[in-house]
Amino acid sequence: MADPETPKAVPAPRSDRSPWNWLLLIPIVLPVLTPLFNRDDPRLWGFPAFYWIQFLFILVGVATTTIVYRSTRK
Amino acid sequence: MGDHITEIVVFTLLFLLVSGMGFVAARWRAPKDMEHLDEWGLGGRSFGGWITWFLIGGDLYTAYTFVAVPALIFGAGAAGFFAVPYTIIIYPLFFLILIRLWSVSHRHGFVTPADFVRTRFDSPTLALLVAITGIVATMPYIALQLIGIEAVLKTMGVTGDSLLARHAPIIIAFAILAAYTYQSGLRAPALIAFVKDTLIYIVILVAVIYLPYKLGGWGTIFDAAEAKFNASPNPNDGITLNANNQLQYVTLALGSALALFLYPHSITGVLAGKNRNVIKRNMSALPAYSFLLGLLALLGYAAIASGVKPLPGATEGTVDSNTVVPLLFDMQFPAWFAGVAFAAIGIGALVPAAIMSIAAANLFTRNIYKEYLRKDATHAQEARVSKITSLVVKVGAVACIVFLDPQFSIDLQLIGGIIILQTAPAVALGLFTRWLHRGGLIAGWVVGMALSMWMLWQIPNPANGKAHFGGSAFPLADFGFDTKRTIYVGFVTVLVNLLVAIIATVILRAMKSPEGVDGTTRDDYYADEGDPRIDKDVAATVDHQSST
Repeated sequence: MADPETPKAVPAPRSDRSPWNWLLLIPIVLPVLTPLFNRDDPRLWGFPAFYWIQFLFILVGVATTTIVYRSTRK
Repeated sequence: MGDHITEIVVFTLLFLLVSGMGFVAARWRAPKDMEHLDEWGLGGRSFGGWITWFLIGGDLYTAYTFVAVPALIFGAGAAGFFAVPYTIIIYPLFFLILIRLWSVSHRHGFVTPADFVRTRFDSPTLALLVAITGIVATMPYIALQLIGIEAVLKTMGVTGDSLLARHAPIIIAFAILAAYTYQSGLRAPALIAFVKDTLIYIVILVAVIYLPYKLGGWGTIFDAAEAKFNASPNPNDGITLNANNQLQYVTLALGSALALFLYPHSITGVLAGKNRNVIKRNMSALPAYSFLLGLLALLGYAAIASGVKPLPGATEGTVDSNTVVPLLFDMQFPAWFAGVAFAAIGIGALVPAAIMSIAAANLFTRNIYKEYLRKDATHAQEARVSKITSLVVKVGAVACIVFLDPQFSIDLQLIGGIIILQTAPAVALGLFTRWLHRGGLIAGWVVGMALSMWMLWQIPNPANGKAHFGGSAFPLADFGFDTKRTIYVGFVTVLVNLLVAIIATVILRAMKSPEGVDGTTRDDYYADEGDPRIDKDVAATVDHQSST
């Protein structure tokens, strides 16, 4: 372990830990909850809810991974 | 064949263009020394964000996906849309896993997932199992790419009566592919992926705007599909899910997502990236392809609305539902644009086929040849063995399609997705913890494999009268539950695999069974571009520290 008196001598161990990582759970869990979107109404541009809601989840996935990447960039 | 001349000419010209690119690729970002597996098999580990995006996109979203997913929607409706949640879940799920895999591989020069397992768990046996699983899972996947090309050729009327005449175009296409992959390695599919993906994006964007315009809008298309499913006797089709197939939908999406980045060809694409940020950025850029796949899937409904009748299959009385999308293009697009669309699918088969054969060849070279046949192989020998193996792999794939019923490859690919999942505890969990004992991981793998085979054997397919290996949806009633629900086989078996691994670990630890030496250190999992590579022989003697 690094000596607390000489923090410059030994760099802090690298880590991927970040509270932001929890955001990644959202796009993993949302598509699994079929009762949320398994219906026809309301339609959007002719697409039943089942389809456009899942397309929307793609955007949720993009948004969360982008946020996590930007906020954990070193 | 006469009325397809324009399509065939456009298809052939585009095909020749990418073949030329494949050969030139050897000189693209030219390496100092091609006689090294890092160069031939991983493109010098130097690809930036854009190349990686095209490469992995071209790698994961294959020609077979592009014909099979809409075919599934055409036949069963909403259940076939699992491809969308599947490809949403992948990226957040693997975000933290892949950067660790990249780092430890960068540090140690790993080329395959089995290389990592070998060093991490100090077990050549476990590494061999991972390597063999990878090769067996990948082989039928390559054969399936040929089915993608064949669906297009069939639609253009390029068929013959004799065995040779029917398959000649595919044999020629694969011979060219084999030649430039041999010469250029991973650089060839990386360069071709630019053309392939650009063509695919153009075709799909045109299709999803132009087809609804011609067919009366998306509302009309969905209504036509609903009418078809209401009239069919199958209780599990429809444009939404029912009470019995929701569990299957969710577990299939989760299980497939977990499997995808365990496939050796996906890992090859990831390891070819030049640093951690390239991987992270791609986790948010790759879903663009998921969007595309979702739109493409819905073309299955467009095919219903325009009254497409799939062409006959290989055996009497069956239909080849993979011809649904090519037929839709043929029916609705002007001939020249249908030719572009067919070329997009055809070239779409070449990119993943090349990467898969490279990945399978690397597994053989690193984890069988170097481990068991010639321990002192030089880098040049490794590269040479890999190049030759990539040829053998492609010949095998062509032979599968020419001499066997294509259904056999489809069955094998179904099994492939489930068996590759059995490497998850060693490869994916292994990146985070070394708590599981190598013996426990082997025991889990054995039980997971056996259970997978048994469950798949139990599943019939009433649609084509097969008694076994009819699908991946296992009726829970067969476990004794009083329900009509089904569940994805791989989801169950990987959990059982993990459970067995945990129990066996506890037992082996109580027996004080030796656990081997971890060849990696905690810091290896955070290494980035610019950090020095460790020489393998030196690494074996340094002080070890578990990263758990």
